[in-house]
Amino acid sequence: MNQDESIGAESRLLIPAYSLARREITRFLRQKGRVIGAVGTPLIFWLLFGGGIGSSFKVEKLGESYLEYSYPGAIASILLFTAIFSMISIIDDRSEGFMQCVLVAPVSRLAIVLGKVAGASVLAVGQASVFLLLAPVAGLRLGLMEIVATLGAMILLSVAVCGLGFWMAWRMESTQGFHAVMNVLLMPMLALSGAFFPMTGASIVIVWIMRLNPMTYGVSLLRCALLGKPVDEATGLGVITAIGVTIGFALVMLAASIRAASRETKYALA
Amino acid sequence: MHDAMIAVKDVTYSYGERTALDGVSFDVASGEAFALLGPNGSGKTTLFRILCTLLAPQRGSASIDGLDVVRDRAAARTRMGVVFQSPSLDIHLTVRENLIHAGQLYGLRGATLKTRVAASLDGVNLSNRASDRVKTLSGGLQRRVELAKCLLHQPKLLILDEPSTGLDPRARDEFWALLNQARAERNTTIIVTTHLLDEADACDRVAIFDRGKLVACGSPDVLKQRIGGDCLTVATADAVAFTNEIATRFSDIVCTTVNGAIRIESENAAGLATKLLREFGDRIQSVTIGRPTLHDVFIHETGHRFDEASEGAGE
Repeated sequence: MNQDESIGAESRLLIPAYSLARREITRFLRQKGRVIGAVGTPLIFWLLFGGGIGSSFKVEKLGESYLEYSYPGAIASILLFTAIFSMISIIDDRSEGFMQCVLVAPVSRLAIVLGKVAGASVLAVGQASVFLLLAPVAGLRLGLMEIVATLGAMILLSVAVCGLGFWMAWRMESTQGFHAVMNVLLMPMLALSGAFFPMTGASIVIVWIMRLNPMTYGVSLLRCALLGKPVDEATGLGVITAIGVTIGFALVMLAASIRAASRETKYALA
Repeated sequence: MHDAMIAVKDVTYSYGERTALDGVSFDVASGEAFALLGPNGSGKTTLFRILCTLLAPQRGSASIDGLDVVRDRAAARTRMGVVFQSPSLDIHLTVRENLIHAGQLYGLRGATLKTRVAASLDGVNLSNRASDRVKTLSGGLQRRVELAKCLLHQPKLLILDEPSTGLDPRARDEFWALLNQARAERNTTIIVTTHLLDEADACDRVAIFDRGKLVACGSPDVLKQRIGGDCLTVATADAVAFTNEIATRFSDIVCTTVNGAIRIESENAAGLATKLLREFGDRIQSVTIGRPTLHDVFIHETGHRFDEASEGAGE
Protein backbone atom coordinates (compact mmCIF):
# COMPACT_ATOMS: atom_id res chain seq x y z
CA MET A 1 0.00 0.00 0.00
CA ASN A 2 1.20 3.47 -0.78
CA GLN A 3 1.92 5.27 2.46
CA ASP A 4 -0.14 8.30 1.43
CA GLU A 5 -3.30 6.30 0.66
CA SER A 6 -4.24 6.44 4.30
CA ILE A 7 -4.57 10.22 4.37
CA GLY A 8 -8.02 10.22 2.70
CA ALA A 9 -11.08 11.50 4.57
CA GLU A 10 -12.58 8.04 4.99
CA SER A 11 -9.30 6.72 6.36
CA ARG A 12 -8.72 9.65 8.68
CA LEU A 13 -12.31 9.98 9.90
CA LEU A 14 -14.81 7.18 9.38
CA ILE A 15 -12.70 4.05 9.85
CA PRO A 16 -10.92 5.35 13.00
CA ALA A 17 -14.22 6.66 14.43
CA TYR A 18 -15.87 3.29 13.87
CA SER A 19 -12.86 1.54 15.39
CA LEU A 20 -12.88 3.74 18.51
CA ALA A 21 -16.63 3.28 18.99
CA ARG A 22 -16.33 -0.48 18.63
CA ARG A 23 -13.46 -0.61 21.09
CA GLU A 24 -15.55 1.33 23.62
CA ILE A 25 -18.36 -1.21 23.39
CA THR A 26 -16.09 -4.27 23.44
CA ARG A 27 -14.18 -3.19 26.52
CA PHE A 28 -17.40 -2.26 28.32
CA LEU A 29 -18.86 -5.71 27.76
CA ARG A 30 -15.71 -7.23 29.27
CA GLN A 31 -15.83 -5.10 32.42
CA LYS A 32 -18.70 -6.35 34.50
CA GLY A 33 -18.08 -3.75 37.19
CA ARG A 34 -18.96 -0.95 34.81
CA VAL A 35 -22.34 -2.52 34.02
CA ILE A 36 -23.09 -2.72 37.74
CA GLY A 37 -21.89 0.84 38.36
CA ALA A 38 -23.80 2.46 35.52
CA VAL A 39 -27.14 0.65 35.92
CA GLY A 40 -26.97 -0.53 39.52
CA THR A 41 -26.38 2.83 41.18
CA PRO A 42 -29.36 4.66 39.61
CA LEU A 43 -31.51 1.56 40.04
CA ILE A 44 -30.72 1.29 43.75
CA PHE A 45 -31.23 5.01 44.34
CA TRP A 46 -34.48 4.96 42.38
CA LEU A 47 -35.86 2.02 44.35
CA LEU A 48 -34.61 3.28 47.74
CA PHE A 49 -35.78 6.84 47.23
CA GLY A 50 -39.02 5.65 45.72
CA GLY A 51 -39.67 3.29 48.62
CA GLY A 52 -38.16 5.43 51.35
CA ILE A 53 -39.37 8.93 50.71
CA GLY A 54 -42.12 8.08 48.27
CA SER A 55 -44.83 8.23 50.91
CA SER A 56 -43.72 11.61 52.29
CA PHE A 57 -43.15 13.11 48.86
CA LYS A 58 -46.48 14.25 47.51
CA VAL A 59 -46.71 15.27 43.90
CA GLU A 60 -50.38 15.91 44.37
CA LYS A 61 -50.71 18.35 41.52
CA LEU A 62 -49.12 15.82 39.19
CA GLY A 63 -51.06 12.87 40.51
CA GLU A 64 -48.10 10.47 40.29
CA SER A 65 -46.30 8.11 42.63
CA TYR A 66 -42.70 9.06 43.41
CA LEU A 67 -41.41 5.96 41.64
CA GLU A 68 -43.24 7.10 38.53
CA TYR A 69 -42.18 10.71 38.96
CA SER A 70 -38.48 9.89 39.33
CA TYR A 71 -38.41 7.21 36.62
CA PRO A 72 -37.34 9.61 33.79
CA GLY A 73 -34.70 11.03 36.18
CA ALA A 74 -33.35 7.53 36.80
CA ILE A 75 -33.00 7.06 33.04
CA ALA A 76 -31.20 10.40 32.80
CA SER A 77 -28.90 9.25 35.65
CA ILE A 78 -28.01 6.08 33.73
CA LEU A 79 -27.20 8.11 30.64
CA LEU A 80 -25.06 10.54 32.64
CA PHE A 81 -23.21 7.90 34.69
CA THR A 82 -22.43 5.84 31.60
CA ALA A 83 -21.06 8.93 29.87
CA ILE A 84 -18.87 9.75 32.87
CA PHE A 85 -17.51 6.22 33.25
CA SER A 86 -16.77 6.00 29.52
CA MET A 87 -15.03 9.34 29.26
CA ILE A 88 -12.96 9.19 32.42
CA SER A 89 -10.51 6.82 30.71
CA ILE A 90 -9.55 9.65 28.33
CA ILE A 91 -7.63 11.40 31.09
CA ASP A 92 -5.11 8.63 31.80
CA ASP A 93 -5.10 7.43 28.22
CA ARG A 94 -3.92 10.80 26.94
CA SER A 95 -0.85 11.11 29.14
CA GLU A 96 0.09 7.45 29.15
CA GLY A 97 -1.70 4.61 27.55
CA PHE A 98 -3.93 3.76 24.68
CA MET A 99 -4.81 7.28 23.52
CA GLN A 100 -1.14 8.12 22.87
CA CYS A 101 -1.13 5.78 19.89
CA VAL A 102 -4.32 7.39 18.60
CA LEU A 103 -2.77 10.84 18.87
CA VAL A 104 0.33 9.94 16.82
CA ALA A 105 -1.75 8.19 14.12
CA PRO A 106 -2.97 10.19 11.09
CA VAL A 107 -6.43 10.42 12.63
CA SER A 108 -8.66 13.47 12.49
CA ARG A 109 -9.45 14.81 15.97
CA LEU A 110 -13.09 14.87 14.87
CA ALA A 111 -12.85 11.07 14.52
CA ILE A 112 -11.71 10.76 18.13
CA VAL A 113 -14.69 12.79 19.37
CA LEU A 114 -17.22 11.00 17.14
CA GLY A 115 -15.83 7.56 17.95
CA LYS A 116 -15.80 8.05 21.72
CA VAL A 117 -19.20 9.80 21.82
CA ALA A 118 -20.84 7.26 19.49
CA GLY A 119 -19.46 4.30 21.45
CA ALA A 120 -20.44 5.73 24.82
CA SER A 121 -23.90 6.72 23.51
CA VAL A 122 -24.58 3.18 22.29
CA LEU A 123 -23.67 1.91 25.76
CA ALA A 124 -25.75 4.54 27.53
CA VAL A 125 -28.84 3.97 25.39
CA GLY A 126 -28.38 0.19 25.63
CA GLN A 127 -28.32 0.27 29.43
CA ALA A 128 -31.17 2.75 29.69
CA SER A 129 -33.19 0.49 27.35
CA VAL A 130 -32.71 -2.41 29.76
CA PHE A 131 -33.98 -0.11 32.51
CA LEU A 132 -37.08 0.58 30.38
CA LEU A 133 -38.17 -2.97 31.17
CA LEU A 134 -38.86 -1.73 34.71
CA ALA A 135 -41.43 0.80 33.49
CA PRO A 136 -44.35 -1.35 34.81
CA VAL A 137 -42.76 -1.21 38.30
CA ALA A 138 -43.04 2.57 38.07
CA GLY A 139 -46.67 2.19 37.08
CA LEU A 140 -46.09 3.11 33.44
CA ARG A 141 -47.73 1.27 30.58
CA LEU A 142 -45.66 2.04 27.50
CA GLY A 143 -47.08 1.71 24.00
CA LEU A 144 -44.99 1.49 20.83
CA MET A 145 -45.14 5.25 20.31
CA GLU A 146 -43.90 5.94 23.84
CA ILE A 147 -41.07 3.43 23.46
CA VAL A 148 -39.93 4.89 20.12
CA ALA A 149 -40.19 8.45 21.44
CA THR A 150 -38.29 7.52 24.60
CA LEU A 151 -35.50 5.86 22.58
CA GLY A 152 -35.21 9.02 20.48
CA ALA A 153 -35.05 11.17 23.61
CA MET A 154 -32.42 8.87 25.15
CA ILE A 155 -30.25 9.07 22.02
CA LEU A 156 -30.41 12.87 21.99
CA LEU A 157 -29.65 13.23 25.69
CA SER A 158 -26.89 10.60 25.63
CA VAL A 159 -25.05 12.37 22.79
CA ALA A 160 -25.31 15.60 24.79
CA VAL A 161 -24.00 14.17 28.08
CA CYS A 162 -21.30 12.10 26.34
CA GLY A 163 -20.20 15.28 24.56
CA LEU A 164 -20.17 17.05 27.93
CA GLY A 165 -18.13 14.20 29.46
CA PHE A 166 -15.62 14.22 26.58
CA TRP A 167 -15.21 17.98 26.74
CA MET A 168 -14.57 17.91 30.47
CA ALA A 169 -12.31 14.85 30.45
CA TRP A 170 -10.15 16.17 27.60
CA ARG A 171 -9.39 19.33 29.57
CA MET A 172 -8.56 17.50 32.80
CA GLU A 173 -5.10 16.44 33.87
CA SER A 174 -6.15 13.96 36.54
CA THR A 175 -9.03 11.64 37.29
CA GLN A 176 -9.18 13.17 40.77
CA GLY A 177 -9.98 16.52 39.16
CA PHE A 178 -12.69 14.87 37.10
CA HIS A 179 -14.27 13.38 40.21
CA ALA A 180 -14.23 16.82 41.84
CA VAL A 181 -15.97 18.40 38.85
CA MET A 182 -18.42 15.51 38.79
CA ASN A 183 -19.41 16.23 42.38
CA VAL A 184 -19.48 19.99 42.02
CA LEU A 185 -21.06 20.28 38.57
CA LEU A 186 -22.56 17.08 37.22
CA MET A 187 -24.36 15.87 40.33
CA PRO A 188 -26.04 19.26 40.92
CA MET A 189 -26.90 19.34 37.20
CA LEU A 190 -28.74 16.08 37.65
CA ALA A 191 -30.28 17.03 41.01
CA LEU A 192 -31.56 20.34 39.66
CA SER A 193 -33.01 18.95 36.45
CA GLY A 194 -36.44 18.02 37.71
CA ALA A 195 -35.21 14.42 37.99
CA PHE A 196 -35.93 14.20 41.73
CA PHE A 197 -38.33 17.07 42.45
CA PRO A 198 -40.53 19.27 40.28
CA MET A 199 -39.95 22.91 39.51
CA THR A 200 -43.31 23.77 40.96
CA GLY A 201 -42.88 24.57 44.64
CA ALA A 202 -39.14 25.23 44.41
CA SER A 203 -37.71 28.62 45.43
CA ILE A 204 -37.33 31.23 42.71
CA VAL A 205 -33.54 30.87 42.71
CA ILE A 206 -33.76 27.11 42.25
CA VAL A 207 -36.39 27.56 39.55
CA TRP A 208 -34.07 29.82 37.60
CA ILE A 209 -31.15 27.46 38.00
CA MET A 210 -33.36 24.64 36.75
CA ARG A 211 -34.45 26.72 33.78
CA LEU A 212 -30.84 27.46 32.87
CA ASN A 213 -29.79 23.84 33.33
CA PRO A 214 -29.82 21.99 29.97
CA MET A 215 -30.35 18.67 31.77
CA THR A 216 -33.81 19.94 32.82
CA TYR A 217 -34.87 19.93 29.18
CA GLY A 218 -33.50 16.44 28.65
CA VAL A 219 -35.36 15.06 31.67
CA SER A 220 -38.54 16.87 30.58
CA LEU A 221 -38.15 15.41 27.10
CA LEU A 222 -37.84 11.92 28.60
CA ARG A 223 -40.92 12.50 30.78
CA CYS A 224 -42.97 13.78 27.83
CA ALA A 225 -41.87 10.77 25.74
CA LEU A 226 -42.61 8.23 28.48
CA LEU A 227 -46.01 9.68 29.33
CA GLY A 228 -46.90 10.54 25.72
CA LYS A 229 -47.72 14.10 26.75
CA PRO A 230 -46.93 17.35 24.88
CA VAL A 231 -46.03 19.19 28.10
CA ASP A 232 -44.03 18.11 31.16
CA GLU A 233 -46.19 19.25 34.06
CA ALA A 234 -43.28 19.01 36.51
CA THR A 235 -41.41 21.81 34.73
CA GLY A 236 -44.05 23.35 32.51
CA LEU A 237 -41.81 22.77 29.47
CA GLY A 238 -43.33 21.81 26.11
CA VAL A 239 -41.91 18.93 24.11
CA ILE A 240 -40.81 21.17 21.22
CA THR A 241 -38.81 23.39 23.57
CA ALA A 242 -37.32 20.34 25.26
CA ILE A 243 -36.29 18.81 21.90
CA GLY A 244 -34.85 22.12 20.66
CA VAL A 245 -32.77 22.79 23.77
CA THR A 246 -31.53 19.18 24.01
CA ILE A 247 -30.45 19.20 20.34
CA GLY A 248 -28.74 22.54 20.98
CA PHE A 249 -27.07 21.12 24.12
CA ALA A 250 -25.79 18.14 22.12
CA LEU A 251 -24.49 20.29 19.26
CA VAL A 252 -22.78 22.75 21.60
CA MET A 253 -21.08 19.95 23.55
CA LEU A 254 -19.94 18.18 20.37
CA ALA A 255 -18.57 21.44 18.98
CA ALA A 256 -16.81 22.19 22.29
CA SER A 257 -15.33 18.67 22.35
CA ILE A 258 -14.06 18.93 18.78
CA ARG A 259 -12.59 22.33 19.56
CA ALA A 260 -10.91 21.03 22.73
CA ALA A 261 -9.47 17.98 20.95
CA SER A 262 -8.22 20.09 18.02
CA ARG A 263 -6.76 22.84 20.14
CA GLU A 264 -3.02 23.14 20.17
CA THR A 265 -1.62 24.13 23.51
CA LYS A 266 1.79 25.17 24.63
CA TYR A 267 2.52 21.58 25.55
CA ALA A 268 0.53 19.62 22.97
CA LEU A 269 -0.06 19.53 19.24
CA ALA A 270 -3.44 18.49 17.85
CA MET B 1 14.46 12.53 -2.46
CA HIS B 2 15.65 13.06 1.08
CA ASP B 3 18.89 11.55 2.28
CA ALA B 4 18.04 12.05 5.95
CA MET B 5 15.04 10.23 7.40
CA ILE B 6 15.21 12.57 10.39
CA ALA B 7 16.58 16.10 10.35
CA VAL B 8 16.70 18.00 13.65
CA LYS B 9 17.89 21.58 13.43
CA ASP B 10 18.57 23.83 16.40
CA VAL B 11 15.61 22.45 18.37
CA THR B 12 14.96 24.22 21.65
CA TYR B 13 12.21 23.53 24.15
CA SER B 14 11.54 24.85 27.66
CA TYR B 15 8.96 24.04 30.30
CA GLY B 16 8.59 27.48 31.79
CA GLU B 17 11.99 28.50 33.16
CA ARG B 18 13.41 25.00 32.77
CA THR B 19 15.23 24.28 29.51
CA ALA B 20 14.65 20.71 28.37
CA LEU B 21 16.34 21.00 24.96
CA ASP B 22 18.90 23.61 24.03
CA GLY B 23 19.78 24.07 20.34
CA VAL B 24 19.91 20.39 19.40
CA SER B 25 20.84 19.46 15.81
CA PHE B 26 21.52 16.09 14.15
CA ASP B 27 20.48 13.95 11.17
CA VAL B 28 19.54 10.27 10.99
CA ALA B 29 20.02 8.47 7.66
CA SER B 30 17.52 6.03 6.16
CA GLY B 31 17.93 2.52 7.51
CA GLU B 32 20.08 3.64 10.42
CA ALA B 33 19.61 2.52 14.05
CA PHE B 34 20.11 5.64 16.13
CA ALA B 35 20.08 5.95 19.93
CA LEU B 36 19.26 9.02 22.00
CA LEU B 37 21.24 8.24 25.13
CA GLY B 38 21.00 10.21 28.33
CA PRO B 39 20.07 10.02 31.99
CA ASN B 40 16.64 11.03 33.28
CA GLY B 41 16.14 14.73 32.75
CA SER B 42 18.54 14.96 29.82
CA GLY B 43 15.80 16.02 27.38
CA LYS B 44 15.56 12.86 25.30
CA THR B 45 11.89 12.25 26.06
CA THR B 46 11.03 15.83 25.07
CA LEU B 47 12.84 15.21 21.80
CA PHE B 48 10.93 11.93 21.40
CA ARG B 49 7.63 13.81 21.83
CA ILE B 50 8.68 16.39 19.24
CA LEU B 51 9.69 13.72 16.72
CA CYS B 52 6.42 11.82 17.11
CA THR B 53 4.45 15.07 16.51
CA LEU B 54 3.04 15.50 20.01
CA LEU B 55 5.04 18.66 20.78
CA ALA B 56 6.11 21.58 18.61
CA PRO B 57 9.66 22.86 19.03
CA GLN B 58 9.72 26.41 20.40
CA ARG B 59 12.73 27.17 18.22
CA GLY B 60 14.30 25.29 15.33
CA SER B 61 12.68 22.53 13.30
CA ALA B 62 12.44 18.78 12.94
CA SER B 63 11.40 16.75 9.92
CA ILE B 64 10.59 13.11 9.17
CA ASP B 65 11.26 11.94 5.61
CA GLY B 66 11.35 15.59 4.55
CA LEU B 67 8.02 16.40 6.24
CA ASP B 68 8.00 19.04 8.96
CA VAL B 69 6.69 17.55 12.23
CA VAL B 70 4.51 20.60 12.86
CA ARG B 71 3.44 21.89 9.44
CA ASP B 72 3.10 18.49 7.72
CA ARG B 73 2.35 16.40 10.76
CA ALA B 74 -0.63 14.49 9.28
CA ALA B 75 1.60 13.16 6.47
CA ALA B 76 4.58 12.70 8.80
CA ARG B 77 2.40 10.52 11.08
CA THR B 78 1.83 8.04 8.23
CA ARG B 79 5.61 7.51 7.95
CA MET B 80 6.22 6.48 11.54
CA GLY B 81 5.39 3.77 14.01
CA VAL B 82 5.73 4.72 17.67
CA VAL B 83 6.37 2.54 20.71
CA PHE B 84 5.78 4.44 23.94
CA GLN B 85 7.51 3.81 27.22
CA SER B 86 4.20 3.28 29.00
CA PRO B 87 1.99 0.48 27.70
CA SER B 88 -0.44 1.63 25.03
CA LEU B 89 -2.38 -1.58 24.54
CA ASP B 90 -5.96 -2.05 25.67
CA ILE B 91 -5.60 -4.91 28.13
CA HIS B 92 -9.30 -5.78 27.88
CA LEU B 93 -9.01 -6.53 24.16
CA THR B 94 -7.36 -9.57 22.62
CA VAL B 95 -4.03 -9.35 20.85
CA ARG B 96 -5.75 -9.52 17.46
CA GLU B 97 -8.34 -6.89 18.42
CA ASN B 98 -5.58 -4.50 19.47
CA LEU B 99 -3.86 -4.98 16.13
CA ILE B 100 -7.06 -4.57 14.14
CA HIS B 101 -7.79 -1.36 15.97
CA ALA B 102 -4.26 -0.06 15.36
CA GLY B 103 -4.51 -0.89 11.65
CA GLN B 104 -7.84 0.90 11.37
CA LEU B 105 -6.28 4.03 12.84
CA TYR B 106 -4.01 4.03 9.80
CA GLY B 107 -6.92 3.51 7.40
CA LEU B 108 -6.30 -0.20 6.83
CA ARG B 109 -9.34 -2.45 6.36
CA GLY B 110 -10.69 -5.57 4.71
CA ALA B 111 -8.33 -8.16 3.26
CA THR B 112 -5.30 -5.85 3.54
CA LEU B 113 -5.86 -5.41 7.27
CA LYS B 114 -6.42 -9.13 7.80
CA THR B 115 -3.24 -10.05 5.92
CA ARG B 116 -1.17 -7.43 7.71
CA VAL B 117 -2.42 -8.49 11.14
CA ALA B 118 -1.58 -12.14 10.42
CA ALA B 119 1.86 -11.23 9.04
CA SER B 120 2.59 -8.93 11.96
CA LEU B 121 1.61 -11.56 14.52
CA ASP B 122 3.75 -14.09 12.71
CA GLY B 123 6.63 -11.62 12.59
CA VAL B 124 6.71 -11.32 16.38
CA ASN B 125 5.97 -15.03 16.94
CA LEU B 126 2.60 -14.43 18.57
CA SER B 127 0.18 -16.11 16.16
CA ASN B 128 -0.67 -18.69 18.82
CA ARG B 129 -1.67 -15.96 21.31
CA ALA B 130 -3.81 -13.91 18.89
CA SER B 131 -7.08 -14.70 20.67
CA ASP B 132 -5.75 -14.13 24.18
CA ARG B 133 -6.61 -10.99 26.12
CA VAL B 134 -3.58 -8.74 26.43
CA LYS B 135 -3.85 -8.72 30.23
CA THR B 136 -2.95 -12.43 30.27
CA LEU B 137 0.39 -11.79 28.51
CA SER B 138 3.72 -11.22 30.25
CA GLY B 139 5.42 -7.82 30.01
CA GLY B 140 7.80 -9.12 27.35
CA LEU B 141 5.00 -10.48 25.19
CA GLN B 142 3.00 -7.27 25.57
CA ARG B 143 6.02 -5.37 24.30
CA ARG B 144 6.10 -7.65 21.26
CA VAL B 145 2.43 -6.86 20.59
CA GLU B 146 3.29 -3.15 20.77
CA LEU B 147 5.96 -3.72 18.14
CA ALA B 148 3.62 -5.74 15.92
CA LYS B 149 1.06 -2.96 16.27
CA CYS B 150 3.36 -0.21 15.09
CA LEU B 151 4.71 -2.27 12.18
CA LEU B 152 1.25 -2.92 10.70
CA HIS B 153 1.22 0.08 8.39
CA GLN B 154 4.80 -0.64 7.31
CA PRO B 155 6.32 2.63 8.51
CA LYS B 156 9.63 3.94 7.20
CA LEU B 157 10.60 4.97 10.69
CA LEU B 158 10.19 3.40 14.11
CA ILE B 159 10.42 5.72 17.11
CA LEU B 160 10.77 3.97 20.45
CA ASP B 161 10.83 5.55 23.90
CA GLU B 162 12.78 3.44 26.41
CA PRO B 163 11.33 0.23 24.94
CA SER B 164 13.22 -2.04 27.35
CA THR B 165 11.71 -0.52 30.48
CA GLY B 166 10.41 -3.28 32.73
CA LEU B 167 11.76 -6.12 30.58
CA ASP B 168 14.10 -8.79 31.89
CA PRO B 169 17.35 -9.31 29.92
CA ARG B 170 15.97 -12.24 27.94
CA ALA B 171 12.79 -10.41 26.92
CA ARG B 172 14.92 -7.39 26.02
CA ASP B 173 17.17 -9.47 23.75
CA GLU B 174 14.13 -11.03 22.08
CA PHE B 175 12.57 -7.62 21.54
CA TRP B 176 15.74 -6.26 19.93
CA ALA B 177 16.09 -9.35 17.74
CA LEU B 178 12.59 -8.72 16.37
CA LEU B 179 13.35 -5.04 15.93
CA ASN B 180 16.51 -5.81 13.96
CA GLN B 181 14.61 -8.37 11.89
CA ALA B 182 12.03 -5.72 10.94
CA ARG B 183 14.83 -3.35 10.13
CA ALA B 184 16.60 -5.88 7.91
CA GLU B 185 13.42 -6.79 6.02
CA ARG B 186 12.25 -3.28 5.17
CA ASN B 187 15.28 -1.05 5.74
CA THR B 188 13.28 0.63 8.50
CA THR B 189 15.00 3.49 10.28
CA ILE B 190 15.04 3.11 14.06
CA ILE B 191 15.45 5.86 16.62
CA VAL B 192 15.33 4.84 20.24
CA THR B 193 15.62 6.79 23.49
CA THR B 194 17.45 4.88 26.18
CA HIS B 195 19.42 5.21 29.36
CA LEU B 196 20.89 1.73 28.91
CA LEU B 197 24.46 1.89 27.68
CA ASP B 198 24.51 -1.55 26.06
CA GLU B 199 21.30 -0.77 24.19
CA ALA B 200 22.88 2.38 22.77
CA ASP B 201 26.10 0.48 22.06
CA ALA B 202 24.22 -1.85 19.72
CA CYS B 203 23.04 1.04 17.52
CA ASP B 204 24.84 2.42 14.46
CA ARG B 205 25.13 5.87 15.98
CA VAL B 206 24.49 7.43 19.35
CA ALA B 207 23.54 10.98 20.35
CA ILE B 208 24.48 11.61 23.98
CA PHE B 209 22.39 14.13 25.87
CA ASP B 210 23.07 15.85 29.14
CA ARG B 211 20.86 18.52 30.68
CA GLY B 212 19.18 19.41 27.40
CA LYS B 213 22.34 19.60 25.33
CA LEU B 214 23.67 17.22 22.71
CA VAL B 215 27.18 16.61 24.04
CA ALA B 216 28.38 13.99 21.55
CA CYS B 217 27.12 12.25 18.42
CA GLY B 218 28.69 9.45 16.40
CA SER B 219 29.18 5.72 16.16
CA PRO B 220 29.87 4.07 19.54
CA ASP B 221 33.35 3.00 18.40
CA VAL B 222 34.33 6.46 17.17
CA LEU B 223 33.08 8.05 20.38
CA LYS B 224 35.07 5.60 22.49
CA GLN B 225 38.21 6.21 20.41
CA ARG B 226 38.03 9.87 21.35
CA ILE B 227 39.14 8.86 24.83
CA GLY B 228 42.44 7.71 23.33
CA GLY B 229 43.26 4.70 25.48
CA ASP B 230 41.90 2.84 28.46
CA CYS B 231 40.22 4.05 31.60
CA LEU B 232 41.74 3.58 35.01
CA THR B 233 39.55 3.83 38.09
CA VAL B 234 41.24 4.10 41.49
CA ALA B 235 39.24 3.59 44.67
CA THR B 236 40.61 5.36 47.73
CA ALA B 237 39.43 6.73 51.06
CA ASP B 238 39.86 10.42 50.18
CA ALA B 239 39.62 10.85 46.43
CA VAL B 240 39.84 14.66 46.35
CA ALA B 241 43.03 14.91 48.42
CA PHE B 242 44.56 11.98 46.56
CA THR B 243 43.74 13.56 43.18
CA ASN B 244 45.55 16.73 44.21
CA GLU B 245 48.51 14.73 45.37
CA ILE B 246 48.77 12.80 42.10
CA ALA B 247 48.53 16.07 40.17
CA THR B 248 51.36 17.53 42.26
CA ARG B 249 53.65 14.50 41.89
CA PHE B 250 52.89 13.69 38.24
CA SER B 251 52.11 16.72 36.13
CA ASP B 252 51.52 14.58 33.02
CA ILE B 253 48.60 12.66 34.60
CA VAL B 254 45.16 14.20 34.17
CA CYS B 255 42.78 12.76 36.71
CA THR B 256 39.24 13.62 37.75
CA THR B 257 37.20 12.73 40.79
CA VAL B 258 33.97 11.03 39.84
CA ASN B 259 31.53 9.78 42.43
CA GLY B 260 34.20 9.27 45.12
CA ALA B 261 36.71 7.52 42.85
CA ILE B 262 39.62 8.76 40.77
CA ARG B 263 39.32 8.35 37.02
CA ILE B 264 42.26 8.58 34.61
CA GLU B 265 42.25 8.13 30.84
CA SER B 266 45.55 6.75 29.61
CA GLU B 267 47.11 5.12 26.55
CA ASN B 268 49.18 2.96 28.91
CA ALA B 269 46.80 2.21 31.72
CA ALA B 270 48.64 -0.93 32.87
CA GLY B 271 51.94 0.93 33.22
CA LEU B 272 50.23 3.79 35.02
CA ALA B 273 48.52 1.41 37.43
CA THR B 274 51.87 -0.14 38.33
CA LYS B 275 53.33 3.30 38.87
CA LEU B 276 50.52 4.42 41.14
CA LEU B 277 50.59 1.19 43.16
CA ARG B 278 54.33 1.57 43.63
CA GLU B 279 54.04 5.18 44.81
CA PHE B 280 50.77 5.07 46.78
CA GLY B 281 50.12 1.36 47.35
CA ASP B 282 49.10 1.76 50.98
CA ARG B 283 46.40 4.30 50.15
CA ILE B 284 44.83 2.55 47.19
CA GLN B 285 41.89 0.24 47.87
CA SER B 286 41.54 -1.07 44.31
CA VAL B 287 42.55 -0.29 40.72
CA THR B 288 40.36 -1.16 37.75
CA ILE B 289 41.41 -0.97 34.12
CA GLY B 290 38.76 -1.09 31.42
CA ARG B 291 38.25 -0.45 27.72
CA PRO B 292 36.28 2.77 27.31
CA THR B 293 32.51 2.38 27.40
CA LEU B 294 29.81 4.85 26.47
CA HIS B 295 29.68 5.68 30.16
CA ASP B 296 33.32 6.75 29.93
CA VAL B 297 32.42 8.79 26.87
CA PHE B 298 29.65 10.42 28.89
CA ILE B 299 32.05 11.24 31.73
CA HIS B 300 34.67 12.41 29.25
CA GLU B 301 32.19 14.82 27.64
CA THR B 302 30.34 16.02 30.73
CA GLY B 303 32.74 15.61 33.65
CA HIS B 304 30.19 13.70 35.70
CA ARG B 305 28.69 10.24 35.96
CA PHE B 306 25.46 9.15 34.31
CA ASP B 307 23.72 8.67 37.65
CA GLU B 308 24.78 12.12 38.87
CA ALA B 309 23.17 13.83 35.93
CA SER B 310 19.50 13.28 36.63
CA GLU B 311 19.14 16.51 38.54
CA GLY B 312 18.90 19.66 36.47
CA ALA B 313 16.96 19.96 33.26
CA GLY B 314 13.66 18.07 33.08
CA GLU B 315 12.44 15.79 30.39
